[in-house]
Amino acid sequence: MSPFDASPLSPSGGAHVRSVVDEFHGDLLEVSMGPHHPSTHGVFRMIVTLDGERIVKLKPVLGYLHRNHEKIGESTSYLGSMPYTDRLDYLNAMTNNWAYALAVERLGGLAVPERAEYLRVILAELSRLQNHVCLAGFLLQDTGASGTPLMYAFREREKILELFESLSGSRMMCNFQRFGGCRTDASSEWLGQVSSLVNGFGAFLDEFEELITGNEILMARTQGVGVMKGPAAVSAGITGPMLRACGVGYDIRKVDAYGIYPRFTFRVPIGSHGDTYDRYMIRILEMRESIGILQQALRDIPAGPIMDPKAKLRGFRPKPGESYGRIEGPKGEIGFYLISDGSANPYRYRVRPPSFVNLTLLEDLCLGHTIADSVVILGSIDIVLGEVDR
Amino acid sequence: MEPLEQICSRLLARFPGAEVSVLPNPGPAAQHSLLVGRASVREIAEFLRDDPLLRLDYCSNATGVDWPEKVIVDVTKVTTPDPAGGPPKVSEVKTERLQPGYLEVVYHLYSMELRHGPVVLRTRTVNRTDQASVPSLTPVWRSAEFQEREIFDLFGVVFEGHPDLRRILMWDGFKDHPMRRDYVEPEDYEWEPTPHGDLVEKAKRARPPVKGGEPVA
Amino acid sequence: MNPMPTITDEERSELRRHGILLTSVEELYNWGRSHSVWPLQFGLACCAIEMIAASMARFDIARFGSEVFRPSPRQADLLIVSGTVTKKMAPQVVRLWNQMAEPKYCIAMGACAISGGPFKRGYNVLKGIDRFVPVDIYIPGCPPRPEALLHGLMELQKKISGQSISGPEAPRHLRHDTSCEYPVPEFGDHDLVPPKNPEVWKVPESPPKD
Ligand code: SF4
Repeated sequence: MSPFDASPLSPSGGAHVRSVVDEFHGDLLEVSMGPHHPSTHGVFRMIVTLDGERIVKLKPVLGYLHRNHEKIGESTSYLGSMPYTDRLDYLNAMTNNWAYALAVERLGGLAVPERAEYLRVILAELSRLQNHVCLAGFLLQDTGASGTPLMYAFREREKILELFESLSGSRMMCNFQRFGGCRTDASSEWLGQVSSLVNGFGAFLDEFEELITGNEILMARTQGVGVMKGPAAVSAGITGPMLRACGVGYDIRKVDAYGIYPRFTFRVPIGSHGDTYDRYMIRILEMRESIGILQQALRDIPAGPIMDPKAKLRGFRPKPGESYGRIEGPKGEIGFYLISDGSANPYRYRVRPPSFVNLTLLEDLCLGHTIADSVVILGSIDIVLGEVDR
Repeated sequence: MEPLEQICSRLLARFPGAEVSVLPNPGPAAQHSLLVGRASVREIAEFLRDDPLLRLDYCSNATGVDWPEKVIVDVTKVTTPDPAGGPPKVSEVKTERLQPGYLEVVYHLYSMELRHGPVVLRTRTVNRTDQASVPSLTPVWRSAEFQEREIFDLFGVVFEGHPDLRRILMWDGFKDHPMRRDYVEPEDYEWEPTPHGDLVEKAKRARPPVKGGEPVA
Repeated sequence: MNPMPTITDEERSELRRHGILLTSVEELYNWGRSHSVWPLQFGLACCAIEMIAASMARFDIARFGSEVFRPSPRQADLLIVSGTVTKKMAPQVVRLWNQMAEPKYCIAMGACAISGGPFKRGYNVLKGIDRFVPVDIYIPGCPPRPEALLHGLMELQKKISGQSISGPEAPRHLRHDTSCEYPVPEFGDHDLVPPKNPEVWKVPESPPKD
């Protein structure tokens, strides 16, 4: 009996780590990562089977934050569901609000005034900036750059949250969009603050990139790791930066041309390798494009009303029917599917969460890599559990 | 993209005998959907994905809808001529019929290649109890994998041919399908101020018996 | 019982200026406990993002001695329940709490952790973590601002420094009649079994007047 036989691993049954014997590979280890794990970005759990350090099987286990959004949405009025959408992807309340507002506007046939459309674009792009910068911070945290990049990221994020707060009253849970417009109007000082932030953001990105992008450790940890191929991604319904990193140029802002996006010139960055580094780079490039969109929007924003006068928020009862509204959120396609039966609550309220669907390929991306890489790959998918589990 | 009626007639020509129809959406969104029978939904899905004019290669959203059985009251007007020669009598006859319940699975399909969509594809189970199954579309679009597991978990639709059909959000030993309309929640409320009347009722049930009050079941 | 110090505060600070530190064991012990509260690095939902924000540059929780977020419950003193506890997650939260060594404290951060908050109507949502784990500090808000978390932490420090280390009011870990192990609920067919720990939490006696 070798000394290694007396392994410190606890036997199966309630244990965290157990060995699985497979006659072809010798001993395999089954490790349960999560739901409490510092790098699973919340209460996400994956059951990983390891051959040495290599992953041979990975099964995500979800539902630890299943808060029953859809069931609650069916017994809440249309307006009452708006604050709940904040809490789906809690980093991007603004885009969630917009997607929901869009679905209800289609359901009820409401129009949105010009100024509100501009405000929506400004807020969505600000959201995108803070989401992507946080993602970069968290991703670097996962590669082991403990603390510092995240501090930089959160410093910028705080500035954006301050703007959200002065407009909507809340840092994170903005509850700002309404079907048929927006809740409050932005003052010209507020717009001035936004443009000074936007004009300074490029310099921050330069600084951030100088520290990070060419960093050898980051490249070693991310290049060639978790390569995803375009056709597989399309079939698995991957959307957002994840999809574009593997070379499929599908951006709903361009394809659906919702809101007033056709008025802005911006490019859609596309990756060529589909690896984790590309996914990081795409986000940096998207932030640069967002700065451009913000500058154009701030330049052109007209004066005018911010609510459709026909819109009736309280006691809104759309005609029977259904609608699906989707927008390009920072994480991918966020959509809402609503069925109305003519009453004050939706008959069916469904959220199409981008990060839930993006997780479909997690196992494929991780197979053959080491367990430490799985953490980086998961970090590059950019999940938020509030949205994965709803 | 070609109109849905045209897709429907092409499908009928390609798959004679298949149950395909266009289900209109009366609302302003006018996103009509394609209702396909269980038996042929897999081939039709593959056709929609591969047809060069459609190329619906991306299944964005898959979800379930529960339609419990309900009583529909048909009102028909019957006119009986007055034998005395006066104006004919109009009376209403109400007939009740039971519309059986079913579970519906809805897919929203887009084409990433040709950049159009959505085509809404729906299919229905026979009933909500023992024949609640439809073929899985995961072999056609992998993005349905987790979403169909979710529908199985929350609605109880069984997807035949799904590679890994397990509960995804609730725990494995859970017995109910909570997104069904007739799901009964466990009683775990205490008092809280709330504008929702039914919640107050629920909270009352959770109170311990008060002296002189009604005992709590 | 230690008698009240007969020396006044002025005299004490006068002595301290001359390099003589006069204190009691209780004071020293509580001072040490309250200024090195290490939280568990454990986020549940939206509130966790605000918890992270509290530990970042602007709010800088390090000013209160609590910047050391430990990933392992064995090394942590403080469980910040930052977000919605679902029924699926509740056993794990209780297990983590059991794994923490005494002295340990629990903060319920946000409406969800206190009562289920906006998701109270959900079938999978635990209506307050205090049904299973004794909570020291409740921080209302959805989400509470980072400042509110810092305030909660300061309140916890006050609570700790006010504890006497002997007698019936002593903290849990200094008594023999209490255990720091709490029963972990199991997954049942429809709900958690048991749905609450009656030792820790009781349904409020009768409702306040509506
Ligand atoms: S209290 Fe509000 S912010 Fe905190 S976890 Fe609950 S819903 Fe999210």
